[in-house]
Amino acid sequence: MITRQWLLTEQPASRRQARLGQSYRTWVAFTANPLAMVGLGIVLLLIVLAVLAPLIAPYDPLISLDLRTQRLLPPSWTHPMGTDDQARDIFSRIVHGARITLLVVALVAVIATPIGLLVGTTSGYFGGWVDTILMRITDIFLAFPRLILALAFVAALGPGIENAIIAIAITSWPPYARLARAETLTIRNADHIAAIRLQGASSARIIWGHVTPLCLSSVIIRVTLDMAGIILTAAGLGFLGLGAQPPQPEWGAMIAGGRRFILDYWWVATMPGIAIFVVSLGFNLLGDGLRDVLDPKAGK
Amino acid sequence: MADTSVQGEGRRGALPAWPWKLVKLGATVALTFLGLLLVTFLIGRVVPVDPVLAVIGDRASQSVYDRVFVELGLDRPLYEQFWMYLQRVASGDFGESFLTKKPIAQDIARVFPATMELATVSIILGTLAGVPLGVLAAVRQGRLTDQIVRVVGLIGYSAPIFWLGLLGLLVFYARLHWVSGPGRIDISYEYSITPASGFLLFDTAMQGQWDAFRNVFGHIILPASLLGYYSMAYISRMTRSFMLTELAQEYIITARVKGVPEWRIIWVHALRNAAVPLVTVIALSYAGLLEGSVLTETVFAWPGLGQYLTNSLQNADMNAVLGGTLVIGGIFVGLNLLSDLLYTLLDPRVRRK
Repeated sequence: MITRQWLLTEQPASRRQARLGQSYRTWVAFTANPLAMVGLGIVLLLIVLAVLAPLIAPYDPLISLDLRTQRLLPPSWTHPMGTDDQARDIFSRIVHGARITLLVVALVAVIATPIGLLVGTTSGYFGGWVDTILMRITDIFLAFPRLILALAFVAALGPGIENAIIAIAITSWPPYARLARAETLTIRNADHIAAIRLQGASSARIIWGHVTPLCLSSVIIRVTLDMAGIILTAAGLGFLGLGAQPPQPEWGAMIAGGRRFILDYWWVATMPGIAIFVVSLGFNLLGDGLRDVLDPKAGK
Repeated sequence: MADTSVQGEGRRGALPAWPWKLVKLGATVALTFLGLLLVTFLIGRVVPVDPVLAVIGDRASQSVYDRVFVELGLDRPLYEQFWMYLQRVASGDFGESFLTKKPIAQDIARVFPATMELATVSIILGTLAGVPLGVLAAVRQGRLTDQIVRVVGLIGYSAPIFWLGLLGLLVFYARLHWVSGPGRIDISYEYSITPASGFLLFDTAMQGQWDAFRNVFGHIILPASLLGYYSMAYISRMTRSFMLTELAQEYIITARVKGVPEWRIIWVHALRNAAVPLVTVIALSYAGLLEGSVLTETVFAWPGLGQYLTNSLQNADMNAVLGGTLVIGGIFVGLNLLSDLLYTLLDPRVRRK
């Protein structure tokens, strides 16, 4: 039986109890921050919307309703966010668009985080010329403005959501590499690493098995904080017509679609913008909250 | 800016390290530039567009194709091609635009002043608003002012700039008629002013054409405020944290004990020391504006580098895209370097290390 008292005890009886207690304390500290909870709520809502999109959306996101009578209708009870120029329900499109947003965020995190970790830990662990070369490469990628580099990559690979994701991932890993390197520099001289080395562990094993896990928490915080930027970059690419292609309900592309009618039918471009804004805000708040709780260096 | 005389004696030991540091910095910058060039070169190589067909069209005979293939150096190994690319870029030749049929360097020189004017007005607005806000937030840490500054910053970090731009046009141009619409200047004025520097605000003011000046101002104020808002979000956040560091220092306590008025402690003593890292932040956000300008210029039909880049992108004009990317990347690296140098110049403590 897990109780509050058992979790918060000063003398944990087992390693598991200590670990669970630590997690519980972190969670309590996290819940004390109302803004962070709002952020968590928004992110959870995004996930629920994405998973249950066909059940939540009242209409089909791609198929037009009656083109003669249902184009560009203002928000109403039947269409909470109005309809667009193709007579599609904007609310349904936004709900389905959550899937694309979540896909972009998840894939970029899955691609960029391991690259950043691998480059950073390798660089920090070996030092010397390996470090110099890897960090020079990282600096070159950091020297480019991110959106511009992503634009150039998409221009070369061709427009589309997959290429946009690859381009964003290619431009996202350098800060993680920097961070992981900085963490590794403090870890590599620790006694427990020396102990493992004396036991004959290979460098690869030390890096992946013992250094990387210790870098993870700070890199994860950084990734969460970057999510908003990733969403905004993806939306920007979509807006320029280089991300998801029509008729896919990508939020940035939806704004571009509504841009022509903004003066007369404001809701077509405004609604997807609100969606982008709320989701980025959610990730920003969640990231700030996580940093306050998990990063001992920031504040306290 | 910073009071260098206080730590003057620390400089003597640092002087011999100066040239060595410059050499190192120069090598770093050269390497970064080389990397930039390599990246754009490689991007240019993976494009699915055949560079030969882009030159001769798809109706040319096989013999013409083979000749151009050799002329473009495509039969040589990749490193030789890269070397040729380096030589061309070094002589300012980025190739010819397939859209405008002009050399890309010339195109970029034509559109660049518009972007620079926009970015400059934006950074002025952003700094003028961001620094006082950041100072206020630091002084009233944890209170309402601080929370407001935080929220303003969060909105800046979360809202897509192109969306805010569209909403701005909708509200301030279409509904309230406070500002002029998209574009840089009304057509009626466009040919009445003689372009001198390419910066329209400056040109019209120098020629005393105040009507045209007002017109240009009406066009630039909305996109510049928007971009300025984004740099303000960053500048105020950094000002706040620098000021918090300074206000916790012992010299502040000394000043208080001496009975220096509080406003003087904040705006003169603390801000002057916070100004050193702030210069770096402002230089970096100026570079960031180049990136923001790509989306903003698209929304506001601003005839600058950002719009040139997106137009070229949409027409698969690869030479122009890579030229534009290289120029923006180069300016980015340049501004980074400049902020590094300024930091070293202004802060004697950094120089000593």
